[in-house]
Amino acid sequence: MSELLTAARPRLDGTFLERIGLGNIALVIFLVIYPAVASEFFIVQIGAYSLIWGMLALSLMILAGYGGMVSMAQISIAGVAGYTVAIFGMNHTGVHGFGWPFWILVPFAVLLAALVAGLIGLISNRTEGIYTIMITLAVATGFFYFTQQNYALFNGHSGFAGIDAPKFWGINWRAPVPFYYLCLGCAVLSYAAVLYASRSAYGLTLQAVRDNARRMRALGYDVTRHKVVAYFYSGLIAGMGGVLLVWFNGRISPGTIDVSAAINVLVIAVIGGMRHPIGPFLGAVVVVLIQTFAIDVVGAERYNTLIGLVFLLIVFASPDGILGLWEKAKLRAPREQVFSWIRCGRG
Amino acid sequence: MSLTGETGAEMLAGGGFSRRHVWILAALVGAAVVAWLIFAIWPAWLSAALISKRAFFSAVLNGLTLSGLYFLVASGFTLVFGLMRNVNLAHGSLYLLGAYIGYEVTNRTGYWLFGVAAGFAVLAVIGVAMQVFVFRHLEGDDLRQTLVTLGISIVAADLMLAVWTGTTYQIPIPSWLDGAVTLPIVTAVRANGELIFLRYTFFRLVVLATAIVIGIGLWFMLNRTRVGMMIRAGVDDRAMLSASGINVHAVFAIVFAVGAGLAGIAGVIGGSVLSVAPGEDVRYLLASLVVVIVGGMGSITGAAIGALLIGLAEQIGLVYFPTYGVVLTFVIMVAVLALRPQGIMGRL
Repeated sequence: MSELLTAARPRLDGTFLERIGLGNIALVIFLVIYPAVASEFFIVQIGAYSLIWGMLALSLMILAGYGGMVSMAQISIAGVAGYTVAIFGMNHTGVHGFGWPFWILVPFAVLLAALVAGLIGLISNRTEGIYTIMITLAVATGFFYFTQQNYALFNGHSGFAGIDAPKFWGINWRAPVPFYYLCLGCAVLSYAAVLYASRSAYGLTLQAVRDNARRMRALGYDVTRHKVVAYFYSGLIAGMGGVLLVWFNGRISPGTIDVSAAINVLVIAVIGGMRHPIGPFLGAVVVVLIQTFAIDVVGAERYNTLIGLVFLLIVFASPDGILGLWEKAKLRAPREQVFSWIRCGRG
Repeated sequence: MSLTGETGAEMLAGGGFSRRHVWILAALVGAAVVAWLIFAIWPAWLSAALISKRAFFSAVLNGLTLSGLYFLVASGFTLVFGLMRNVNLAHGSLYLLGAYIGYEVTNRTGYWLFGVAAGFAVLAVIGVAMQVFVFRHLEGDDLRQTLVTLGISIVAADLMLAVWTGTTYQIPIPSWLDGAVTLPIVTAVRANGELIFLRYTFFRLVVLATAIVIGIGLWFMLNRTRVGMMIRAGVDDRAMLSASGINVHAVFAIVFAVGAGLAGIAGVIGGSVLSVAPGEDVRYLLASLVVVIVGGMGSITGAAIGALLIGLAEQIGLVYFPTYGVVLTFVIMVAVLALRPQGIMGRL
C-alpha cells in the first residue's frame, strides 16, 4: 500500500535530470562506456547476453510485479518473435526464409509476439492466482513440443540456422560493439517505458488490480482487460528480446525455447527481484555470470545444480531477490513481501 | 430434476418424454454405436476414413494405457494441490526418480515387483521429507512453495543426469507379464472367411488394469476411511479441519507420501512400458498439469476423466495427424478453460 502511495505522487517537480534520477544516469553512462573498458568476450557474451535475458525477465516482471500474474510462457512469446524472424526473414537452412526487409520484419515479429501474448493472457485469465503459473507452463511446454514435432512450419528438431542481424546505416549490427549497443538501446527503451508506464494511470490501475481485484471490479474497472493488455505490453518486450536472442545465437530451434529456458526467465526475475524494473537486469547479470564461470567452480556439466541452489537460497532467504537484500540493507526494516498478492488475489 | 413444471408441461403436451428419458436413450444409442464399432466388421468406407480398424483400435488401446499412466501421475499431483494448494512442479522429477530407482532395484534383485515396491516406498519417504523439511516452513505462501518446487526440479534433473547420464533405459518386465493376447475384436476377414482378431501387448492391459484398481483404491480411501474423510475436509476448509483438533500436518504428510509414491509407481510402470530418459520429467509434468487443469483441481474423478481425454487425444492424434498432435491436447485444454474454468469436475 505504501508503495502505491509513493508511486501515485509522480515527482514532477524539479528539472528533467532530477526526474530521471541520478542512479539511472550513472548507470546509463557506465553502460555506454562499458565497451571501451571491456574485452570482446565481456561485451557480447556477458554484456549483450545479460541485456537480452534482462529484457525477457523484464517482460515477466511487468506481469508478476505489477499484475500479480506469474507467466511461464514469456520464452514462448520470445520464441514466436524469433521463429517469425527466421521464417519471414533470411536463414541458411533452406526452409521458408521469405527474405522480408528488416524494417517490416522486426515490427511484424514483435507485434505478432505481442498478439500471441495477449491470447495467452486471455486464456490464462480464465482462472486466477496460482493457476496462472500452471496454465502458462502448460502453454510453454506445449509450444516446445509443437515446434519440435512440426516440420511444416517450424522445421522440427533442427529449427533454423544462419539468421543474421541486419546491416544498415553502413553498420554491421552483428559485429560485437554495434550489437551490444543495439541490445543496450532496446533494453534502455523497454526499461524506461516500463518505469514510465508503472507511474501512468494504466500502471497504477494494474497495480491496484493486483492488490485487490474484487474491489477494482466493484469500482467499475474491467479487470480482465487490464490484465490482457498487460500481457500485450509484456509481449512487446519479450518479442524484442526474442528477436535479439535469435540474432545473438544466429539460430533458433526448439532447444532455445524449452522448459529449462522458460524456467531460466523466472529464475532470473526471482533472483533479481520483481519490485523494480532494474531487478530483472541485475538477476540476468548474476545468472549469466554464474552460467559462464560455474565451469571453474563446479565443473562444466553441473552449473544447473549451482543455479538451482542459488535460486533456492534466494527464495528461502530473500523473497524479493537481490533488490530485497539491497533494500533490507538500506532500510534495516522488515517490509511486506511482494508475494502477498497471491493470497490477496484469492480473496 | 425430472419433477419440474417444465417436464410436467411436456408430459401434458403429449410428448411423453422427460429430459431423463432423452438422456437414457442417448446413452443407449451411444453404447450401441460403440458396441457396433468394437464387434462389427467395418464397412469399407469407415475403414477408409479411419485408416483401418486395427490402426484405430491400437490407437485407442494405446491411448487408454497412456491414460492409466497419466492418471497415476496426475492423481498424486491433484491430491497434493487440492489439499495444500501446493503446485508441486517437482512432480515430474518424482516420476523420473521413481523410474530410475525401479530400474536399479529390478536389475539388482531381478524381481520387477520389488522395483515397483521400491519406487513407491522411496518416493513416499522423499515426499514426506519434502513436506516436513521444506513446505512446512513456507506454509500459506503459495508462490514461494511453487518456486521452491521449481528449484528442486532444476537441481533434481541435473543430479539425476549426473548419476544416470543421458542414456535411455528400459526396465525389464517379468516373463509372466510379457507377450501379447488376442482380443475379441475382429479387425478383418481373410479371403477364405477366417477372422483376424486384434492382438495387443498383455503388459499394457495390465498397466490399464493397475491404474483402474489404484483409482478405485484411492476412491475408497478418500470416501470410506477416516483419513480420507480428513483429506476431503481439508480440501474444503483447511483451517476448520485444524480447528477441530486434527493434526493437519500428519494429514499433509500422508497425502504427500501417497502422491509422491504414486508418481514413483507410475515411474516404474512407465519405465517398463515405455522408457526412462532425461526429459521424461517435463513430459509427465506437462501431462499432470493439463490433466489437472482439464479435470479440475483436487478431484480424483476429475483426474481420471482428464487423463482419459488427454491420453486418448495424444495417441489418436499421433496416428491421424502426427505433427499436430500436441495441438489437439491444447484445444481440449482451452475449450475446457473457456467453458468451465474450474475444470470438468472442479468446484469454484
